Amino acid sequence: MSSGTLKRPGEFAVITFLWICGAVSLITTVLIIVILFTETIDFFREVSLGAFFLETQWQALIPGTESFGVWELVAGTANVVLWSMVFALPFGLGAAIYLSEYAHPRTRSILKPILEVLAAVPTVVYAFFALTVVTEQVLRPLFGDENVPIFNSLSASLMLAVMVLPTIASVSEDAMSNVPRELREGAYGLGATRLEVAFKVVFPAALSGIIAAVLLAIARVIGETMIVAVAAGSTPNLTLLPLESIQTMTGYMLQVALGDAARGTINYTSLFAVASTLFVFTFTINVIASFIVSRFREAYE
Amino acid sequence: MSSVTAPPEQISLRAQGSVARRQALSRASRYLLFVAPLVGVGVLVILMINTLRTGLPVLDWQFLTSYPSRLPEQAGLRSSLIGTAFVLVTTIILSIPVAIGSAVFLEEFAPRGRFTNLVRLNIANLAGVPSIIYGILGLTVFVRGFEIQGVTVFPALGTTILAGSLTLALMILPMTIIAAVEAIRQVPPSIRDGSLALGATRLQTIRYHILPGAQPGIMTGTILAISRAAGETAALIMIGAFAFIAFDNKSVNDDFTTVPIQIYNWTTRPQTAFQQNAAAGIIVLMVMVLTLNLIAVLIRERYRRK
Repeated sequence: MSSGTLKRPGEFAVITFLWICGAVSLITTVLIIVILFTETIDFFREVSLGAFFLETQWQALIPGTESFGVWELVAGTANVVLWSMVFALPFGLGAAIYLSEYAHPRTRSILKPILEVLAAVPTVVYAFFALTVVTEQVLRPLFGDENVPIFNSLSASLMLAVMVLPTIASVSEDAMSNVPRELREGAYGLGATRLEVAFKVVFPAALSGIIAAVLLAIARVIGETMIVAVAAGSTPNLTLLPLESIQTMTGYMLQVALGDAARGTINYTSLFAVASTLFVFTFTINVIASFIVSRFREAYE
Repeated sequence: MSSVTAPPEQISLRAQGSVARRQALSRASRYLLFVAPLVGVGVLVILMINTLRTGLPVLDWQFLTSYPSRLPEQAGLRSSLIGTAFVLVTTIILSIPVAIGSAVFLEEFAPRGRFTNLVRLNIANLAGVPSIIYGILGLTVFVRGFEIQGVTVFPALGTTILAGSLTLALMILPMTIIAAVEAIRQVPPSIRDGSLALGATRLQTIRYHILPGAQPGIMTGTILAISRAAGETAALIMIGAFAFIAFDNKSVNDDFTTVPIQIYNWTTRPQTAFQQNAAAGIIVLMVMVLTLNLIAVLIRERYRRK
């Protein structure tokens, strides 16, 4: 089709370049999967699948006493997901409902870009805030020095919640704005108030989009590294309590990177085993979220 | 209900009983929900004021022009500012042509079918891959070199500016492509059809009509992506960019550090003086990132009004 309209000799080169560009993203994905899984296979030559998935203690980086039960790191990640969502969901969904159902279009056009700024802040900045302000000046005076370790999951979770607020708010707002006006007008006609329309009509109708927004936010929390590495600690800990020092999957990966593990050692390959686990988690959640988004779009278009 | 017994002049349109309660609740909810979008921003403002108070006393010309140091009073951002500039420029050069090429390919050339759908789906999924995974990709392919069965596919670059920029370029590629695709879709089909009808080739149509029309959107997306690259820390630490750099970068084959890496370094030190340096570094980084975001918003708003 395109070759029929070729008139200039240079055009063939340009079109070849465009095809290569189109292939770059595919090559990237293939490379990520190949790299993660080849080194992970090396890891499982030394550590059995049972020791990875059935043991509950993660103790790497100390020669002689290694133990690679991944659940301690997964629990660390689950811990920050749980507590960040406890704080992000009410405010994120509240913001989405306000922007979609209450705000004047002009108010919305001012508030939305301001809210988006939260997603633009580099995560190392949130990491600094979590460690020096949230823990030192908020949590410790609130709960007492002896109850709040300097590295704790709650300080990281609070900053993660602020980080993902725009994701939850803007994706859910899109879903609510896509709810047909007829549904709202029907409810108003029956005497419902604005609050009732928002919570009993629009919210349930947009539920699939809202779930997708929350899943995207969870995937971002799971993959975030700097905040948890700086503020949540580096002690793998099988707990969901907020005022404990923990280590997440990403936190462990950064610790190995800083320690400069030599290629071929068990610590180097454990990095890839954890990375593969992380990749599988975020990939699955993202695929489910985009599946939900595409299905709910079809329903109203 | 009660209007049956009341004289006509006392009829009130004001709701009573449970209806009044529901309406009052609804009116109150407006103010309650208005707080929700402001909470996150409020938290950020409070934290930034706190940081300004800690960091501003340290932030002076000497801080911006000094190399890192073991002594907090003498440490500065010189090598990390130069490193950030090098990395960002190289990342732009590496990623923007490929991003625009990918978007043009997807919108104008790709055959409609399974392959193109796969590429689209893949780009959406890549946008959700955590940055630290891109760091692992950069470490294994760009820093340590990649070979299959002893054949070198990619040479080992070491922890250089080029390796860091390649890593960041791959990281921002998905979001830049998505922005460019959206921008190209905004160009009215009548412009494309008119150009083709007048005898222009498809490449001439793209070069003289579609790309100029999509330019504001592409620029907005690119600037936002660059702002993300400017603040990225985890991917660069993963490739090993955590060295003590006390010289000015001259080429893309140099070791490097960047402003966010330097902030991380200072944050993890226990001394308060280093925490002050971290706060001062955050002020510099936030000014950079917020300026880039402001420019992106301004371009978008100006374009929208036309």
